[in-house]
Order: sequence, then structure tokens, then C-alpha cells
Amino acid sequence: MDMSLYPHAVAMSAEEFTTWSSAMINDLLSAGTKKTVDKLTGPIWSWAMKNSMHPLHWGLACCALEMAAASAPRFDAERYGMIYRSSPRQTDILLVNGWISKKIRPEIRRLYEQIPNPKWVVAMGECAISGGPWYDSYNTVQGLDQILPVDVYIPGCPARPDAMIDGFMLLQKKIDDYFARGVFLED
Amino acid sequence: MMERDLMDIRAETDELTTDKMWVIMGPQHPFSHGLWTLKVELDGEIITDAEPIVGYLHRGWEKECENRPYAKIVPMADRLCYAASMTYSHLYCMTVEKALDIEVPEKAQYIRVVSDEICRISSHLMWLAAVGTDLGNFTVFLWCMREREYWMDLFVRLCGARMTTNYPRIGGVRNDITDLFDRDVDRCTEHFEKSLWDIITLIDDSSIFVSRMKGTGILTREQCVNLGITGPAMRGNGVDFDIRRDDPYETYGKIDFEVPVMNDGDSYSRYMVRVEELFQSCRIIKQAMQKIRAIGKNAPYRLKVPTNVPACTAMCRLEDPRGESLMYLVADGSGKPYRLKVRSPIFTNVSASKPLVVGSRIADVPAIMAMIDMCLGETDR
Amino acid sequence: MDTNAVYQKPSEDEIKTLLSEKFGDSVQVTKTETRRVYAIVKRESIHKVCEYIHDNLTFEHISTVIGVDMVSNMRVVYHINNYFNGCVIELTVDVPNEDLHIASISDIWVGGNWHERETWELFGIFFDGHPKLERLLTPDTYEFYPFRKSYKMRGQE
Repeated sequence: MDMSLYPHAVAMSAEEFTTWSSAMINDLLSAGTKKTVDKLTGPIWSWAMKNSMHPLHWGLACCALEMAAASAPRFDAERYGMIYRSSPRQTDILLVNGWISKKIRPEIRRLYEQIPNPKWVVAMGECAISGGPWYDSYNTVQGLDQILPVDVYIPGCPARPDAMIDGFMLLQKKIDDYFARGVFLED
Repeated sequence: MMERDLMDIRAETDELTTDKMWVIMGPQHPFSHGLWTLKVELDGEIITDAEPIVGYLHRGWEKECENRPYAKIVPMADRLCYAASMTYSHLYCMTVEKALDIEVPEKAQYIRVVSDEICRISSHLMWLAAVGTDLGNFTVFLWCMREREYWMDLFVRLCGARMTTNYPRIGGVRNDITDLFDRDVDRCTEHFEKSLWDIITLIDDSSIFVSRMKGTGILTREQCVNLGITGPAMRGNGVDFDIRRDDPYETYGKIDFEVPVMNDGDSYSRYMVRVEELFQSCRIIKQAMQKIRAIGKNAPYRLKVPTNVPACTAMCRLEDPRGESLMYLVADGSGKPYRLKVRSPIFTNVSASKPLVVGSRIADVPAIMAMIDMCLGETDR
Repeated sequence: MDTNAVYQKPSEDEIKTLLSEKFGDSVQVTKTETRRVYAIVKRESIHKVCEYIHDNLTFEHISTVIGVDMVSNMRVVYHINNYFNGCVIELTVDVPNEDLHIASISDIWVGGNWHERETWELFGIFFDGHPKLERLLTPDTYEFYPFRKSYKMRGQE
């Protein structure tokens, strides 16, 4: 690719960037290069991402203790590369492990928006899946999927640490599929 | 020359004013174990004002109970305080038993004492693990969680669940102690008494821990009592009161144990009280297990109780790992409670966070608020 | 008995006689048990009674301020603790539906502050003299009192 065709490549506005990148992707698509690059690099992205899953360090309720127990010596989720990060900017998984009240609902949405793409959402425990024991409450959201797209559901009240690790292994498969679909230069 | 310069600078800076700034810590913040917000007003590094905000986990627990039969509230009570789940279902059963005016069999009382103390230990260990990560020592977290797993295993042996046990019943407990539990409880207690020393040494030998906890979050006894702080945080302030000893419920009156009290009133003394409570809990478990064995295998552990509670009011309280828990039941003769109120210790303790943190540096906030041992499920209900 | 003296560890019977001597009709002690005293207080005198219990009977700690919706009227229940002998006084106050106001006791025990706020937001009972009667648990947008019996939840008849 000849960079002299794009003289503003060093500093450009968002609008210019969109034109530039879509033109570039179109070039690559028409030449069939994107498909090749996806095929070649997809496994690398997916290997890197699924072996270093960084969920948000965010304990809501009962399942948060099992989340803590999962990263403790007995279950040791860190061998799957799961490290909790406290800032949403450094994470790629939003792990919601408790009931969602109407007061926390906007904050969940904001945290989700703050996580950079590609991102995944895991609903852990009955409360995050469907409202759980609080089915008739006036102040809870009946399930996380009413406000966010959820990728993996981990049932249990609370889910055992083993179940949580199992759920994250399912998520690894999902990450594989995502990158096999070809995502080069999309985000 | 040098000295005069410094004096000049100091004189100038005295006239300079700093802008105050509100910093909002939470609801997603590494120091807040759970969902709550601490708004602090800063003058440089020093906190001049603070306001806690809770309610992010409010689900109307008390109102929902008015919609459930009495027996179905036991598993819900487990989910009030998930770090020590048995204490609240135990408290709920005690309150209903008081309204029904029945006394549970002695064996069930001792089993409840044992499981309450196991809850206390696992809750305190969870707290110590959190303190470890807050104050920058991950080894403490790993060691505490390792020890906690043994106590979780004991719960699995007792009733099949790790955390939310659903074990007490109105009129007793669900099942008798199992042989495996009987075998493992002594091994676990003895092992824990030894390994707890490792953890304590790790903390007390570390100047990071000690210097961050000593002299921070100081309250006087009068302040502490008037603010309504209860539990280990209060006993670290020199208040010699423990419901287990001074207003005994179940069979705590027949058990010999000490109530640790420290007079310094800072974070370190609150930490010391909690650690000493761990040893005392082991002592209680040992004594109560001896009594259970003496009672024998075929003794009753559960009474049959009516499903409807006669119209009355009943109040019961017990010593939670975090402080004084109280339930107040208004029954109207039907199968559902008319009103069930939970008094959670953390709800009042966290309301006292302004006097706790004002005057200290913002870096001390995790060390001070960790001594409250937040548990939001019971705070917001 | 001397109603103005300070008692550190008053027994249940002492509390009963002291309260009825000092306040006469406005406090009615209904029942005493071991370390428990139950009393009904008239709404007008609740602040004076609490002040007396705090200053003269050395009840240093308030456990709860509870609201109960009795449909015909509202009820506020106080549990007050003595740290020296483990005694608890339960005060029950009836508040008529037409005038849901009661004196705040958060100036006597600061620990009662949040309990009163909670009772206000969930039942709509106003505590006069409370420093900050704002919403605590529910979102600011709520315009109903969820714990009142008139508010029905799903599946509640």
C-alpha cells in the first residue's frame, strides 16, 4: 500500500479516517487480501485473546465471593489467563454476578460502553440470568439480557467456582468462532 | 539563609488557598467490595467531607417477604449476607420461633452455634483476604482463601452447599450432623489454629500493613457508640459488649469463651479484635462439638411447627460477624409475615463513614473502610 | 425512685417504674421479660422519652427505627440498647394516617439517622428535625412508597 496516496495518514479527523479506512478495506476486499489476512491472523488473535481473558473486577453479590474463590488456590482460574482488572478500559469481559437494581442499571450500561471492542458479557448466577429469587421485586431488572447482549450464561445460585470456570471455557470457544469469522480491520 | 527561604515559602503558601474537589469512589472501584459509593471532598490529600451512597443492590427484600410463606423465606435470608449466610437464616428462624413461642431441641441449638461460628470464621477470612488485596499484599489473599476453602468444605459435609446453605429450619435444622462432618470438624479447627499464625505473622511483620492501619480511622468510645457502630469495629473502640455473652441466645450461655476488646480505636485494633475472634470461634466450635457428641446420635434435631404464626410481634437479635443483627416480625395469624424488618449492622456502620474518614488522607480510605467489612446484600436489602 | 438520677444498669422493673413515674400517661409499659422492656409511647412525647432514656438510663445505642403500615395507622418502633447490661427497650408509637409526622431522634443517637431516612423513603413517615431527609436506597425518580400496604407487588393479592 502506498501511503503517499493518503497524505493525511499521520493526523486526520475522524471523518477522514472513516473514508480512508473504508476505502482501504474496499481495496483489500476487492483484491481478496482481507480474506487471506483473516485466515492467517485469526488464529493468532483468538489464541492471544482467549488465553488472556481480563474480566472486570466487579463484585455485585453472592456470586462475587465464588468469583473470588475461583481465582484462589483451590480452583485457580488464573491458569486460563483470567486476571481481574479494575478499570473497564483494560478489560474485555463484563462479568455480572448479582441482581441488577434499577439504581445500578445506568452504571452497568456505562461500564459496558467503556470496555473497548471486542467485548463479551457473562451473566453469572440466577439473578443476572432471570432475576432469580427476586422475581416479584419492584426494584430489580429481571435479567441482564434486558439491557445488554449476553454471551454466556452461568447458572447456579450461587454458581460454583468450577461452574464459573466451565462458563469461561465456553466463552473461549465463542472467542474462537468470533475470530474465525474474520474481523481484521473492523474495530 | 536556607532557613529564611523556607520560612518565606511557608508564609507565601499560607496565603494560597487550594480548591476543594469532590472525588467519587464507586460504585465500581477496587476499594469498594460490592456496590457502594463514597463521595469524598479533598483539600489536597486530606479528606474534608465525605458522603456514602448505598442502595445499588436494593431489591425490596422486606416487601418480598410479605409475599412468601414463612418456610420459603429461609433461603432468601441466606442471600442477605452472603459472606456469612447462615447467620441471617438462623436469625430469621429464631425470630419466627420466638413468635411461635417454641424452644428448639438442644442438639439443634448446638448445631446452630457450630455453623454460626464456621460462618464467622469464613466471613472473617474473606474480610482478611480483602484487606490483603486492598493494602497491597496478594499473598494474604491467597492464604486466606486457601484456608477458607476448608471451612467451605465443612459446610458441604454438613448440608451439601458451599455458601448459601439453606440449612436452618423453623424449629431446628434440616439434617443431623453427618459422620464426615463429625470427623473433619476437629481436624479443620486444629489445622486452622496453626495456619492462622502464618497469616498473622505475615501481616504483623509487614511494616506496610501496620503503618497503614495504626493510627488511622480513630474514633472515641462515645462517638463510636453514638454513631451506632456495632460488632468488631465497636469492640476495637473499647466497648465491651457482645450479644453472644451479654444477651445470650441459643446455647452461647453454656459455652466458655472470651470477648476480645481493644481500646486504641484505630484500624489496627479493629483488625486485632477480628483476628482474636477467629481463635475464639475455634474454641467455641470445639466445645460445642463435644456437647453434640455427648447428646448422642438419636436425639431430636427438629420440631414440627405450624405453618401459621399467631398475631403478635417478635424481636430477636444475634451477633453477626459484622455486628448486631436484629429482626422484627409482625405476624397477623396468616401463613405470611405481615412485616419483617432486618436491621443490618453494615447499614449503620457505613452511615458513620464520614467521621471515620474525615481528616485522614485519601490513600488511607481503603485501610479504614476495610475495617467496616462491607457486605452490600444486607445493607441494601 | 429518683427520676432525675442517672442509672447505669437499670433493671427491667426499675425501667418500668421510672418511665411510668416520670411520664405518667404518655408511656405505658406493656410487658417486661429478661432484658426486654416493651412500651407504648404517645407520639407527642417520643423525643422527651428518648432523651430521658439516653441521658438518665444510659441507653447509648439505638438499634433500629422501624416503620410498620397497620393500614388504619402507621407505626414506628424503636429498639434501644444498653451496653452495660444488654437490656433492650422497645418503644412503639402510633402515627395517624392523616398526619404522618413524628419527631426525629437522630439528634440524640446519630445512629438513627439512616434508619429514619429509610423509613421516610419506604413508608412516607416524616421525621421532623431530621438533618437530611433524602432518598437513600431507591432511585431518585421513585414517586411512590413501596412498603406501604397499598402498594401491591406482582402476585400479591
